[in-house]
Amino acid sequence: MKHLRELLFPLIAVSAAFLVGGVIVLLIGDDPIETYRLLIGSALSWPDGIGYTLFYATPLIFTGLAVTVAFRCGLLNIGAEGQLYVAAFATAWVGITFAQLPAWVLIPLACLTAVMSGAAWGALPGVLKARFGSHEVINTIMLNFVAVALASYFTQYHYKNEGDAIMQTKMIGLIDTAQGLRGENAHVPRIGQLVGWFPERIPLNISFFLALLACALVYVFLWRTKWGYEIRATGANLTAAEYGGISTRKQIVLAMSVSGALAGMVAINEVLGYRYRYYDGFSVGYGFTGIAVALLGRNHPVGVLLAALLFGALIRGGLFVDIFTDRVSKDLVLVLQAVVILFVAAEALFRDSLGRFGLLKRSKV
Amino acid sequence: MTEIFTLSIVLSTIRLATPLLLAALGGLYSERAGVINIALEGLMLAGAFTAAAVTYYTQSPWVGLLAAVVAGATVAGVHAVACIQFKADQVVSGTAINILFLGVPALLSGALFSSTGATPQIPKENLIPWTPIVIAVALVPLTWYVLNRTPFGLRLRAVGENPEAADAAGVGVARIRYAAVLLSGALAAIGGAYLSIGQASLFTRNMTAGRGFIALAALIFGKWRPVQTMLACLLFGFAEAMSIQMQGVAKIPVQFIQIIPYVLTIVVLAGFIGASRAPRALGLPYQKER
Repeated sequence: MKHLRELLFPLIAVSAAFLVGGVIVLLIGDDPIETYRLLIGSALSWPDGIGYTLFYATPLIFTGLAVTVAFRCGLLNIGAEGQLYVAAFATAWVGITFAQLPAWVLIPLACLTAVMSGAAWGALPGVLKARFGSHEVINTIMLNFVAVALASYFTQYHYKNEGDAIMQTKMIGLIDTAQGLRGENAHVPRIGQLVGWFPERIPLNISFFLALLACALVYVFLWRTKWGYEIRATGANLTAAEYGGISTRKQIVLAMSVSGALAGMVAINEVLGYRYRYYDGFSVGYGFTGIAVALLGRNHPVGVLLAALLFGALIRGGLFVDIFTDRVSKDLVLVLQAVVILFVAAEALFRDSLGRFGLLKRSKV
Repeated sequence: MTEIFTLSIVLSTIRLATPLLLAALGGLYSERAGVINIALEGLMLAGAFTAAAVTYYTQSPWVGLLAAVVAGATVAGVHAVACIQFKADQVVSGTAINILFLGVPALLSGALFSSTGATPQIPKENLIPWTPIVIAVALVPLTWYVLNRTPFGLRLRAVGENPEAADAAGVGVARIRYAAVLLSGALAAIGGAYLSIGQASLFTRNMTAGRGFIALAALIFGKWRPVQTMLACLLFGFAEAMSIQMQGVAKIPVQFIQIIPYVLTIVVLAGFIGASRAPRALGLPYQKER
């Protein structure tokens, strides 16, 4: 029963968002049923639909978990976007600079870089909050812009191929061999390369399983370790935690570091598993969608996983809607996302109206 | 050094500071009343798109500007209802508005103009390159006066600093906050409208490019005060003007100039250059005693 109620509000929020989206589709003169049929059908087709849905869900699991860990400490990490940009560039840098290393050294090293650089960029607003009391929301917003600008600077001035018109770095893991330039050295294998029955063109890679593992680890970390307990105690009641002998400042820095590390893992999927380089503007707002994922997932790893799958499906389906409807563009997905966030955030709206009809015991506010 | 401060730089600083100032003053009303407004970016986009679309159809920039104000206030109304009525987390609600208006203009322009996020060109005679600048400049002393010399301003500040006390003194906390948030939407929308029917001659996808967040930075850098906020906007506008001027010429990469507003804000927020203190009740929903 408890779990059912946990599911109730997210389900209502998603349904309400789809309803609002449907009305908007109607208003701009298209068929909502047909649009949604396309959206969902293309996201669930085998193998491309499922493959791409899981591929798009991967970064969202990471950013959703990132927002969750911070949130459990009472912090709102709007900086996952910046953290994943820093991590993506740092990972590409390692892949380019240490291309000579054998794959079994280079890939773990690059993964570690993704985690550590994300953690460092996340720790920064944590330290600023713990040391100076400055609000993490503003600092993470500001650091997002700084991160994108710095990565763009290094790409443009130092790591771009000469004469390349696109803002992207060189390929990672490129080495001169007798057979010419080869680059598979730093690649995380795609599912299609491991099993014969899955097409290799789909960029779904090992990172997806890493994301599942991260869900489990975050659960263990938050609910089965002393650190997690102290983080949650800080988030639940800072003053009480302080009186209980917990160094809340340390917890703030720790939570932001772990949060940043999780956001940084997006780089493993994007750089090592998909593009094999840093690409300016690669993230389609994964960090911000992570906020929606965490909220909808009730800041719990299981919820995050389910919500990330939903939003991954929406991203995949949105691309189809873009192509195969006359008037609706993929931006419908952004609208759905935003409305979901609004409805989840303003949960009192549903709680009150359900209470009014006697469907739910009215909560004491 | 002298040729840097030419007239063209001064003019370009003013032009670039104007949308920031309009949005920042909007944010000022909302935040001084205790409601965080990180939705400035989305509100600017709403204003920019509405102004361009309506001006295109009616061929009157004034109708376009008015429509932008209405659109901005309406969208801010959503934020206000979520935050004040339903006590949603103000940052989360603001984030939702920002994402929403990355999507809505693109969705509508696809339907209205069969484009991927842009409106058609607006002829030059239908642009208003000067009015928003005048509005912005006039709003600085006006805002100072409203805040510090009128009953509304006193109530607004009271509601942002100590809503319990304001309530006890008979001030309608929710009403004042609604007014402040709607006002912030209207002003941010004028800032957005200036981008589409003042500086440019059409709306393009995500044309604010983070200006809403720079406005927020200016507001914090200006310590939530009108005159200081204007100075911050001029500084950030100057930084942008320089970065445009120096593109391709100077040794300093543009990215280093672009990050100035953000780094300065972080530094100020940490208290390195005089403490910047937020309104005391900022971000806290108010529940009237029953």
